[in-house]
Amino acid sequence: MARVKTFIRPMEGWWRKNPFFVRYMIREGSSVFLAIYAVILLVGLLRLTQGEAAYDAWRVAVASPLSLLFHWLALLTVGYHAYTWWKVSPKTAPDIFIAGRPIPELVISGGGWLATIGASILIYIIVRWM
Amino acid sequence: MADTQTIEIEVLRYNPEKDHEPHFETFKVPFTHDTSVLQGLQYIKDHLDGSLTFRWSCRMAICGSCGKMVNGKPELSCHTFLRDYYPGKVRIEPLNHFPVVRDLVIDQSDFFDKKLPSIKPYVVPKEEKPVSAGTYMQTPAQFQQYYKYSQCINCLLCYAACPQYGLKPEFTGPAALALLHRYNADSRDRGWEERAEVLNAEEGVWGCTLVGYCSEVCPKQVDPARAINQNKVNSTMDYFGVRKLLMPKGGD
Repeated sequence: MARVKTFIRPMEGWWRKNPFFVRYMIREGSSVFLAIYAVILLVGLLRLTQGEAAYDAWRVAVASPLSLLFHWLALLTVGYHAYTWWKVSPKTAPDIFIAGRPIPELVISGGGWLATIGASILIYIIVRWM
Repeated sequence: MADTQTIEIEVLRYNPEKDHEPHFETFKVPFTHDTSVLQGLQYIKDHLDGSLTFRWSCRMAICGSCGKMVNGKPELSCHTFLRDYYPGKVRIEPLNHFPVVRDLVIDQSDFFDKKLPSIKPYVVPKEEKPVSAGTYMQTPAQFQQYYKYSQCINCLLCYAACPQYGLKPEFTGPAALALLHRYNADSRDRGWEERAEVLNAEEGVWGCTLVGYCSEVCPKQVDPARAINQNKVNSTMDYFGVRKLLMPKGGD
């Protein structure tokens, strides 16, 4: 093909131009809260190995208002992350047909959402009462 | 006609011989209930400005020529109606992420000359048979495995929907990778190894971050995001050398 002068449009601010991309960026960004939460939890585990005093100090630290605010925020964003994670999960599944019909995407996503809610309730019961 | 109304269409204009960068030009276009966006553009070209340049052919959503950004969304302009935007304006731009040649015409050569040929978009049989040996047989269940992915019309809406392609043009991209899967998933095909280098590459399936907008905008429900992301599993199995054990076709 003969080369002609073309104009290449800049990508700057691409994700702000479409609500679909804004949701995508929130989805990806929410994993940062998950990572920070995991680090806090691992620090707690480390403090536990260092004895009772160290562990109690960690518990006092995570009960501070700033820490509580972060944990509520993390719960919210991780909840959204879990929702979107299962929402896109059918895209990662092989094409399986049952009686000649593809498994609806909602069945895959819905199964994931129910499993997440079920596991969360189970863990809450174990932590709270057992 | 009594039911004719007028809508404003903003069109991106770019003349490579005169303009440093594109600008928008607004036209007032009459339309009725069944006027497509493409027909709106044709009205402009026929009655208001004959220099307006855009691609189109079949007018019935099968040739894949008339893709444009319509109010920021990749659409086949023959498949989109002015009535749905009235009383607002319609803003028409060339498909995103491709170089603009002139007005609404993009340079498609990256896809047609590089990406598409790279995935070997044809059945690669285990061994060549003479025509006298007869046809290749396939069951309806085998046909179903690739049918959806074979519906691609190369309209490039998915590339315009893919920010990864916009940010990294070396990414093989949604349609080419969906077609790669279409042939790999075909029971007559044994080309997996020949396509593996493209599929396994950083610019192959791993260039995708599952934004998922490609599948959203595809006018033929090809679902490129699914074709790509299920192959991340195959690519991982290939990396660990277990694909041949687990693939339905025995991996040859």
